[in-house]
Amino acid sequence: MKFTVLLKQTPDTAELPKITPEQALAGNQGVTKVVNPWDEYAVEEGIRLKERFGGETVAMSMGPDEVDEALKSALAMGCDRAVRLWDESFEGSDVWGTALVLAKGVEKDGGADVILTGKMSVDGNSGAVAHGVACKLGVSLLTQVAKIVDISDGMITVERLLDEGRETVRAPLPAVVSVVKEINEPRYPTFIRIRKASRAKIPVLTAADLGLSPDQVGAAAAKVKWTELVKPPAKKREVVIIEGETPEEKARKLLDYLMNVEKVI
Amino acid sequence: MSILVWIDHFGGKVQSASWETLGKARSLADATDGRVAVAVMGTDVRDIAEQAIAYGADVVYLYDDPVYEHFRLEPYAAAVKDATTSENPALLLFPATTRGRDVSALVACQMDLGLAPDAQEVSFQDGKVLAERPVYSGNLIAKVVVETTPAVVSLRPRTAPMPEADTSRQGEIVEKGAVIGEDAITTQVLNFEEKAVGEVSLTDARIIVSGGRGVKGPEGFEPLRELAQLLGAAIGASRAAVDAGWISYDHQVGQTGKTVRPDLYIACGISGAIQHQAGMRESKIIVAINKDPDAPIFQIADYGIVDDLFKIVPALTEELRKRLD
Ligand SMILES: Cc1cc2nc3c(=O)[nH]c(=O)nc-3n(C[C@H](O)[C@H](O)[C@H](O)COP(=O)(O)OP(=O)(O)OC[C@H]3O[C@@H](n4cnc5c(N)ncnc54)[C@H](O)[C@@H]3O)c2cc1C
Ligand SMILES: Nc1ncnc2c1ncn2[C@@H]1O[C@H](COP(=O)(O)O)[C@@H](O)[C@H]1O
Repeated sequence: MKFTVLLKQTPDTAELPKITPEQALAGNQGVTKVVNPWDEYAVEEGIRLKERFGGETVAMSMGPDEVDEALKSALAMGCDRAVRLWDESFEGSDVWGTALVLAKGVEKDGGADVILTGKMSVDGNSGAVAHGVACKLGVSLLTQVAKIVDISDGMITVERLLDEGRETVRAPLPAVVSVVKEINEPRYPTFIRIRKASRAKIPVLTAADLGLSPDQVGAAAAKVKWTELVKPPAKKREVVIIEGETPEEKARKLLDYLMNVEKVI
Repeated sequence: MSILVWIDHFGGKVQSASWETLGKARSLADATDGRVAVAVMGTDVRDIAEQAIAYGADVVYLYDDPVYEHFRLEPYAAAVKDATTSENPALLLFPATTRGRDVSALVACQMDLGLAPDAQEVSFQDGKVLAERPVYSGNLIAKVVVETTPAVVSLRPRTAPMPEADTSRQGEIVEKGAVIGEDAITTQVLNFEEKAVGEVSLTDARIIVSGGRGVKGPEGFEPLRELAQLLGAAIGASRAAVDAGWISYDHQVGQTGKTVRPDLYIACGISGAIQHQAGMRESKIIVAINKDPDAPIFQIADYGIVDDLFKIVPALTEELRKRLD
């Protein structure tokens, strides 16, 4: 079996509130970067699948040189290989451009039985790259996956976490599986593995390698363009601290505000 | 000009975000002399088509067939594409619920259309669709232009007002059946374990009572549940409470949980870490109950009580019960 994990390098969540529109437009320059938190669960699941079913787990990402750091984290956790996809022409890709590059990357790498992604990226927030990759590859798509029950006879069975409950579904392989946090607890890499991963040479596939022309990817091909990036309006007012002698008095006062002033109850 | 709205429902129960989205489409159409079409899929869902007319649809494409019994992407995407071909809309609008986000993304990719997911605003300008969507986990807002016709946009729940139903409105229902048959569908639903009845879902909730590490254990959620029940509220939680195993993950609010925007969010024993704020900052009114006056939650709260939640929450329940009697 072959498992390919698609991971993105994103800003550290603790720094997200500090990022300016200028930094964001310049590719998050000057910001600490990590593996997208959702994708850590995808990496962990990719490694567990290999442990359960045998085979190989590959970490793949589209992005510039610095993304090697994120791929090395995946290697340190236990992925067998990493592949980076990058070309100047990929710059400014929208979700479908990104999905096309990743789909071609998976194909060029010899295909995969299960392609794992996170639920969404903490910067792009589109939660749609998985859909795009499944669509471009023409394979099954399973989202919100909280458990991989089984893989056998060319089929994958998973549990999906929905608002109304938990669904068990089966679909044919290959499949793109996007995971939620409940699926596992990502492991910490060992010191030895971190050292080994830090020396890894990660191959890069370019537009030419993937057979992609500049009009298919990047800003030129984007079907959605950002016209402006702004900070949301600041918080409207100061907090009102409710004082009182007893809990009952505080409760009364708070309910007065919520029922009579704000009218939210 | 026409707008096609997809209606999300679970076993015939419509998500309120669907009607909000339909209301938004109606106001956009009214401003441009356009019309609103709706696509409904399911089994025995004619009443949803009728409700859609009451909420503002001019025409409803009704896909009523056993093939739509369970939500599966293959038949649902096929039906949305079929409705798009029939209606030829300028905008495909979806509620950004879990199913809405899935089907909108797949349809957009299959039809090679631009997608603006989880938008908080959508408008027309010079024949193009503009949208505003939170990015960087709500820390920045991207204004985007969709370069394709139709454009595909999903609208974040609780950003547009709930419209009034008008049962005297007239509209047309176009009966459509299965677009693809069972033999062409590869996904099989083997089981569905429904959530306990009466539990309010976080996405739809008008009020959320949320607990963090300060509730100290699984039983610490009990007083919160009592209050929530009186308020008709959903129960939220911080990651600390979920990771400790006190409550299940589907209650988690924040960066790696759900993003919510209720009218009222009551945070009990939650410090207000940036990753928690990412999921609830957009709530209309935030109340924080925390022993620590320096907890960051007070920086984004509208009302704060610096006290023990185990004293305040029961007092709130008690007082509310008196007022409701
Ligand atoms: C990548 C990443 C993703 C994350 N995603 C999320 C996420 O989705 N959601 C999330 O919530 N967190 C998330 N976190 C974790 C986040 O950083 C915080 O660790 C977490 O939110 C803390 O939860 P808490 O406020 O319940 O606990 P604490 O920070 O420990 O706060 C507990 C609070 O309870 C108060 N308290 C204690 N006892 C009482 C009492 N009796 N009465 C009143 N108050 C009391 C204390 O004063 C304290 O302020 C994420 C972190 C990372 C790194
Ligand atoms: N540049 C990228 N390289 C590899 N995987 C990506 C990239 N962008 C997004 N993904 C994957 O797609 C998921 C959803 O991302 P998004 O659609 O941007 O919210 C992420 O969690 C990743 O698993």
